[in-house]
Amino acid sequence: MISQIFILSSKGDHLIYKDFRGESGGDAVGVFYEKVTALTGDQPPVVMSHKGLHFVHVRQGGLYWVATTTADSSPFTIIEFLNRLSALVKDYCGSLSEKSVQMNFALIYELLDEAVDYGYIQTTSSDVLKNFIQTEAVSSRPFSLFDLSNVGLFGAETQQSKVAPSSAATRPIQSSREQGGKSEIFVDVIERMSVVIGSNGMLMKADVEGEIRVKCYLPNCSEMRIGLNEEFSIGKSQLRGYGAAVRVDEVSFHQMVRLDEFDSHRILRLCPSQGEQMVMQYQLSDDLPSAPPFRLFPTIERDSGGRLLMYLKLRCDLPPKSAAINVAATIPVPKGSLSLSQELSSPDQSAELKPQSRAVVWKIPRFTGGMQLSALFKLEVPGLSSASLLEVGPVGLSFELPKLTATGLQIRFLRLSPVQPGPSQRWVRVP
Amino acid sequence: MPYLGGEETVRELRRALSNPNVQSDQLRYRNTILKVIRAMSQGVDMSGLFSEMVKACATVDVVQKKLVYVFLCSYAALNPELSLLVINTLRKDCQDPNPMVRSLALRNMTNLRLPSLVEYVEQPLAAGLRDRAACVRRVAVLGWAKLHNLQASSEIDAAVVNELYSLLRDPDPVVMVNCLRALEEILKDEGGVAINKPITHHLLNRLKECDIWGQCQVLRVLQRYRPQSEDELFDILSLLDASLVSPHPPIMAATLSLFLSLCSGQPAVSLAALERVRGPLLAACGSGSREMRFTALCHIQLLLRSIPGLMGAHYKRFFCGYAEPAYIKQRKMQVLVELVNDENVAMLLDELKGYCTDVNAETAQAAITAIGRIGRSYSDRCLEILTGLLGLKQDHITSAVVQTMRDLVWVCPQCSDTVCFALEGCEETLQDSQGRQALLWLLGVYGERVSSAPYTLEVFIDGVRSEASLGVKMELLTATMRLFLCRPAETQDMLGRLLHYCIEEETDMCVRDQALLYYRLLHCGIEETRKVLQGRRSDPSLGVLIGRPAEPVSQWARSFNTLEPLRQGSIETESVSRGSPEHTMFDPKPNADLSNTLDCSRIEKVHSDGDGRCSDSSADILASSVAAPLSLSLFPALSPEEFERLWLQQLALHAEQGNEMEKGYIVNNTSQRFSLSRSFPFIGQDLWLTRARRPAEKDEEAGKEDFVWMEECVRCPTIPRCSPQSLQAAMQLVNIQTLAFTPPQTLPWRVYLYTHTCLDDAPHSTLILGELLYTGEEPQKAEVHKGSADGGVGAEGIEDEQARQGMEATADGGQEAVKVTLRQQPRDDKALKGFLSILTTVLHTLSSERA
Repeated sequence: MISQIFILSSKGDHLIYKDFRGESGGDAVGVFYEKVTALTGDQPPVVMSHKGLHFVHVRQGGLYWVATTTADSSPFTIIEFLNRLSALVKDYCGSLSEKSVQMNFALIYELLDEAVDYGYIQTTSSDVLKNFIQTEAVSSRPFSLFDLSNVGLFGAETQQSKVAPSSAATRPIQSSREQGGKSEIFVDVIERMSVVIGSNGMLMKADVEGEIRVKCYLPNCSEMRIGLNEEFSIGKSQLRGYGAAVRVDEVSFHQMVRLDEFDSHRILRLCPSQGEQMVMQYQLSDDLPSAPPFRLFPTIERDSGGRLLMYLKLRCDLPPKSAAINVAATIPVPKGSLSLSQELSSPDQSAELKPQSRAVVWKIPRFTGGMQLSALFKLEVPGLSSASLLEVGPVGLSFELPKLTATGLQIRFLRLSPVQPGPSQRWVRVP
Repeated sequence: MPYLGGEETVRELRRALSNPNVQSDQLRYRNTILKVIRAMSQGVDMSGLFSEMVKACATVDVVQKKLVYVFLCSYAALNPELSLLVINTLRKDCQDPNPMVRSLALRNMTNLRLPSLVEYVEQPLAAGLRDRAACVRRVAVLGWAKLHNLQASSEIDAAVVNELYSLLRDPDPVVMVNCLRALEEILKDEGGVAINKPITHHLLNRLKECDIWGQCQVLRVLQRYRPQSEDELFDILSLLDASLVSPHPPIMAATLSLFLSLCSGQPAVSLAALERVRGPLLAACGSGSREMRFTALCHIQLLLRSIPGLMGAHYKRFFCGYAEPAYIKQRKMQVLVELVNDENVAMLLDELKGYCTDVNAETAQAAITAIGRIGRSYSDRCLEILTGLLGLKQDHITSAVVQTMRDLVWVCPQCSDTVCFALEGCEETLQDSQGRQALLWLLGVYGERVSSAPYTLEVFIDGVRSEASLGVKMELLTATMRLFLCRPAETQDMLGRLLHYCIEEETDMCVRDQALLYYRLLHCGIEETRKVLQGRRSDPSLGVLIGRPAEPVSQWARSFNTLEPLRQGSIETESVSRGSPEHTMFDPKPNADLSNTLDCSRIEKVHSDGDGRCSDSSADILASSVAAPLSLSLFPALSPEEFERLWLQQLALHAEQGNEMEKGYIVNNTSQRFSLSRSFPFIGQDLWLTRARRPAEKDEEAGKEDFVWMEECVRCPTIPRCSPQSLQAAMQLVNIQTLAFTPPQTLPWRVYLYTHTCLDDAPHSTLILGELLYTGEEPQKAEVHKGSADGGVGAEGIEDEQARQGMEATADGGQEAVKVTLRQQPRDDKALKGFLSILTTVLHTLSSERA
């Protein structure tokens, strides 16, 4: 049971406030924001209480999505609902930001009104909701894939131009109804890989959490078939065949996915509703089919002038055709580090010392497979002792790998029925 | 965040709203209303525009209607009279051919929350229940709940309640679920909607039609159902099995909650259900939403309370992600501590070590505390890491390390050498009061082993004038006093200065009083002072027990799937609640420190409180023992090491002296005890005497010592299922100290205990060490058992009567008997007999309470 729902910007501006039960009056929003700002860290706990008011919140799109509730309600339900609500808002408004919420507040009130009545969740299915929602979304920057068609330089149809920016899917689902013709469907395979490598180069832990998401703008799509790799196997017990079998530990599907062809042909059948859905989630731990995409070779020493020298070599083990983007290495450095001088191997890279997080962040916008980059950092640390060297590391590395999955999972085909009129175009989207 | 010039905005908007040109242009009218709502949600008071907005309500534009309703529902309570005007429009809308308009009107009519309007609302609501469109029925059903809460005094018509019950069979699943919700609210005083067999089966059959929110609601309501037979129960459970492993965490959690409440009488089934949700819960731990990950983690902590080994193989899933928020990292560390075992300890400590230098000071502190907790079982490795961290010379790390060391030494005194060595020089980096207090405590208690202790204290004493923290001053007083006791020459002068300052100049009453107390105490003589100040150096109670004993599921089942587990600090941080030495110093355990002796008359009372089911033999013994008044005492305290040394030495000697068979048993027994932590596959479920074991030192004198060794069987089958806490409490009541346990339900089940006896007519007191052993149903154990009883006959110092008793107990008690092995030093048969009778009585009393 939910008493109130409100959305706050990270600066505490009230964006949306709805009281469903009129029981816990007063300034709940103010109380919540006071509690958030009273904390030192930037990560307030998920559940906070104040005089019988229980706040549960999630952070999505830089906003606080808060529900107040009773102590005995299910945290799983409320957090799932708040996440679902933010996903709905994203579907309807195109993207999730303070600006889009501000522009579409009437639509969000309408959504909330239909989704929750008297604190009880009624429905969050976009198929049901679309019959009730009347307000038009206001989109700040409409984008269509068709704008891309003439991107090619001098009319050359390059492979590059087939890559749509990630903003391609950030437009409201509702507008497709009026504008017509823009029947688009996005199928994303997203994998989050977390790997821990010991100082001796040993792989300590490797986890891949993947999902297949479908974002559908088709007004009337009766059935869709997604074909996965045929060698896709689940669980540890199955024997691996020759060749590039794709194996994951656990798989779960959205409830609307029909699996009658899954066992034989690895085909998912579903009738996507408008908006974004997580069709399939899977996990793989410990046993990666390929080597991790990066190797780091660090050397750390003290020079005669009492400075800390860090010489880092980073190698990208991807195939030469692919590349990692937005690579950022975070190197924790000793407390009290004053200044940083750097030698990087190319001008598009950058490095910065962030004193509040006590780390050097080394950014590489694009990193092609097979390349090796190196960097030399010299840190001025007053009172550097041998013990301070213990504070250096572990190095964290975050990156995006477009068009590549760690598990090797691929979408073989995507078939829609009824067959859409007109020529269809395929795009690959950069995350 | 009110706008500046909110008044101006209101005036301008009012002008626009009442402008006929705006009113005639639908788009402009709607945009003006939008501006009103926008200002409203930004916190500007728009109530002045109420009458203009009421007018705007009468329109054919649905979007505009919705916007106006948002406004009206927010401000209706401020303008009850004007709200009456809206009712007409709303009632008209309830007749609209469009079901969307009908449901909208009905919903907002009930959302106005005005008691004066109830009479106008009832009729459309009643009609709404029979509406053709499901969306109207959904709204109408909940409308009745709103109406009821608005006017709690007025009874809702019984006919309406009946109609709601019949709507449980509505074809629309949301209507059905809403009926449940409405009935729950309306019938709250009667305990909610009636959950009988037909309703339950109906709900279960339709569960699949509902969406996840509906399913959660139904599962929650069904928690009140009590199946009539076991067959029905298992039918329900198998029907719900698919939901238990649902990929949607809310459904999984709601189903598990239902399982736990249905199976409250069947612990085995509950445990099986917990095993089954392991997969889905772990998946939720890897969910994309970090709030969901956190929720799943908190609930995993609950599950671990009952099955400590549940996640053992998956410990890597709880390693912290690099960018995870601090609250997730701290929970993960709490889980990691629970999962530690021989195989993964190296890996785990390596990982935790990495977190100790985290940017977030709280995370670093949590990591250090976690290492300290693991140090109770793997002290050498952990101390090495902790000592290494001191080298960083960072104030928050040093402070956390010193506090952790203090807590560790309190439960594991054998670490004290390493700790004392590490303490040198860390006072320079310590900044916060908590850390300095910990350092002072350690210096006070182990002052004789830290060579620089007086100099460190002197620095503190010289700076006492500028000291702000009350706790540090008090701790400084105690530490200096303690150091004075063991190193008087070096400390006397500074103690004098400190006492002088505290008594003459200190303004805080607490500090001054404590200083005065110490001053007067010193007047009473050094022996008195020693008695008062040199208390325990370590926790005599559950210290040697590693990990937590498995709790029954019912302990936490109620808080599962509520906000409770997500609260900060809801999982008790044991290091604070149990180990903190100040806690025991300032607030001593009443039965441990204050009453060091207890007269036997209390035991009689205990006995008479229990029922008469004690066997006759024990009653006889009790009668005989009461004749010679016997009192037990815990003083002087015995450390686990001393206990172990005495016990093993005794066993060895006994083995040398005893016959072949006996020797076999005892050697067997000893080796079993040595390898305990390795011989059980599920680490975390069994007993671990955790200390690094020292081999029994065979003193030359030991052979000459006068001691007695006896074995006895007591029939009390339920004792091994007793919780360690209640056993310990009961034993402490009669001044028997329990030193180590296996968790309940494990086999073989053991308890080690000791006490001192003190007979009135005897010249000296004796020390009794004991072991309780319950081997369970295994046949070969039963043999050992019998053999041991025979051994009891052979052993010296056992009188015929007792031997016969032991035999009898073995004979009729069969495998249900608990074997008691006692060792007394020096020998005193009368006292031993008396002690045995007390012990038997306690066991019987506990046993009958359980039954």
